[in-house]
Amino acid sequence: MRIALGASLGLAAFLGLTFAALADTVTTLPALPPKDVSWSFDGPFGHYDRAALQRGFQVYKEVCSACHSLNRVAFHTLDEPGGPGFTEAQAKAIAAGYKIPDEPNDQNKGQLYDSSGNRVTRAGTIADYFPPPFPNEPAARAANNGALPPDLSIIEKARAGGASYVFSILTGFGQTPPAGFTVLANKYYNPYFDGRNISMPPPLTDGSVTFSDGTKATVEQEAQDVVTFLAWAGEPKMEERKRLGFGVIAFLLVFSGLLYLSYRKIWHDKH
Amino acid sequence: MSGPSTYEPQSGFTRWLDTRLPILRLAHDTMTTFPTPRNLNFWYAFGAILTAMLGIQIVTGIVLAMHYVPNSTMAFDSVENIMRDVNYGWLLRYMHANGASFFFLAVYVHIFRGLYYGSYKAPREVLWILGVIIYVLMIITAFMGYVLPWGQMSFWAATVITNLFSSFDQLSHLVNPHWNVGTTIAYWIWGDFGVSNATLNRFFSLHNLLPFVIAGVVGLHIWALHVPGNNNPLGIDVKGPQDTVPFHPYYTVKDLWILSMFLIVYAVVVFYLPDILGNPDNYTPANPLVTPPDIVPDWYLLPFYAMLRSIPQKLFGVLTLFGALAILVFIPWLDRSYVRSARFRPVFKIFFWVFVVNALLLGYLGSQSVDATFFGTGIPDVLLARCATAYYYAFFLLIMPFLPLFETTRPLPATIATAVLGNKAAE
Repeated sequence: MRIALGASLGLAAFLGLTFAALADTVTTLPALPPKDVSWSFDGPFGHYDRAALQRGFQVYKEVCSACHSLNRVAFHTLDEPGGPGFTEAQAKAIAAGYKIPDEPNDQNKGQLYDSSGNRVTRAGTIADYFPPPFPNEPAARAANNGALPPDLSIIEKARAGGASYVFSILTGFGQTPPAGFTVLANKYYNPYFDGRNISMPPPLTDGSVTFSDGTKATVEQEAQDVVTFLAWAGEPKMEERKRLGFGVIAFLLVFSGLLYLSYRKIWHDKH
Repeated sequence: MSGPSTYEPQSGFTRWLDTRLPILRLAHDTMTTFPTPRNLNFWYAFGAILTAMLGIQIVTGIVLAMHYVPNSTMAFDSVENIMRDVNYGWLLRYMHANGASFFFLAVYVHIFRGLYYGSYKAPREVLWILGVIIYVLMIITAFMGYVLPWGQMSFWAATVITNLFSSFDQLSHLVNPHWNVGTTIAYWIWGDFGVSNATLNRFFSLHNLLPFVIAGVVGLHIWALHVPGNNNPLGIDVKGPQDTVPFHPYYTVKDLWILSMFLIVYAVVVFYLPDILGNPDNYTPANPLVTPPDIVPDWYLLPFYAMLRSIPQKLFGVLTLFGALAILVFIPWLDRSYVRSARFRPVFKIFFWVFVVNALLLGYLGSQSVDATFFGTGIPDVLLARCATAYYYAFFLLIMPFLPLFETTRPLPATIATAVLGNKAAE
């Protein structure tokens, strides 16, 4: 049974490839290099733009989080130095807005499932992590035509091109594919994505969020903000790192200078 | 160690200790009065730099091991936990991961310096061989460390490298077609039928052990250095006290100064470009079902990777790779020239610099995808890699033994002192 299924799948794939070849079109092309974008967090003195982090968090929460998890980010980091700069009360309120699977306790009497078989939940606390949108990988794939939306916690470190790559993907939709390129079923054309057939539908539209600070929510603006937020999510200690690095290098420069003077003094009669 | 000890205990306690365990005498003779050629240049500081890097790797590694979990389902998460929740965990990890790169950068400078000044020649053959052993141990340790974060590149690099051993099947098949010696070795290394949790566990264990083995061999290396004493840029023997200075303070201050400048470059990478030497794919958790399009090792192993890929036959490719390391052991006997330093060998000097460029070229070729052409010129990379591999071997097997038959070397100075001080030596 399984062999027959495998064979018929193989045959279908083979026929599919053959027809693609007959139709003289391609379904895969190399990606364009990411757009050249400059970021507030670039360079040795770069830091995250707080307002962009807060707006970016809103974009993640209201748009991206429908499909993408952010498993490695804890709510308590939202009010930590170098982060989006929420107050502790705001971070607690954000956490409380999420439902987290409950642990066994007195209230649920150790029963982790209610009478309908659903997992018992509680309001999130500041110690919790962003909960995923899907309970498991098959559920995520089933809801996305078989594609798995990747976790976004370290997405910008996991992609060549980093922040600019993610920005290019988010703003790279809506272009006309070159002649002879076939966009596959349930896929979208995005020239910055490897192969250019991407499973993610265009996630951002003008006005897909309403920013409370009055910033106009264009696709570019939303993309820029959420990319800043995801850069922080992947590298939350960046500002501390750059600050410490400045001190370390300044020390080493002075230290090297003193050592050089000592070297000159000690060696002055030996050359 | 070379020459009689000049140590004189200054207090009652040190006199007492000296007749029981002369450890202060050892320290005094090796690190204070040790007569060192007065003409050692910038490149000789890399021995001290390597010692410092080994120290940094061991200290950061021990603390990282307190937080890391060697389990295939938890390793990746534990590394991210170190980056986010451990105090200064990001610093420890970036120092350690980039420390490996700077360790190798320093060891390559050290090795090329030894090749240029002929530091492997008699009476320093054992010193050189111990260095080769340290280098091979460093490669094994670094490779295992690269596997530990259990990202995509960790997993697939481990798969590619450990599978090299399965090519030895072709050798045992010559004897008996049922003997799969290579596959058996691979299973033994994996502890499973593929790279798995068992592999990760043993790599973690060995990654903890090997640095201390390296430290031990470094001790032997320094011991072997202190018997004949340092070679020097002129490659001539020390003839008397006028040729040397005591190690302390002359070389302690010079080594510290150069080490400090080296650490500036290291700090720039650790604090401002911490991921520049890494592969983005290693920030995706290992997935045995998804092979990355290009599997590449870290930069310091790329020349050997290029050699491996340039040979179309797997067993021969593996032997070429291992041979490229093994040949280093025989260099003291392959080089037939009586003149040590390339300063006095005008033709060898050219071949040496071509060898350096050739090694860099191999590194570049190893970083490109297999079917690439050289900067779009239409010359296939694989063809260039074959030529570069041939030159690598030819440098050791043809140029080193046979060049001295044709080369006219330049006259050597009488002593280090006359070369360094000129007329002042007579005063």
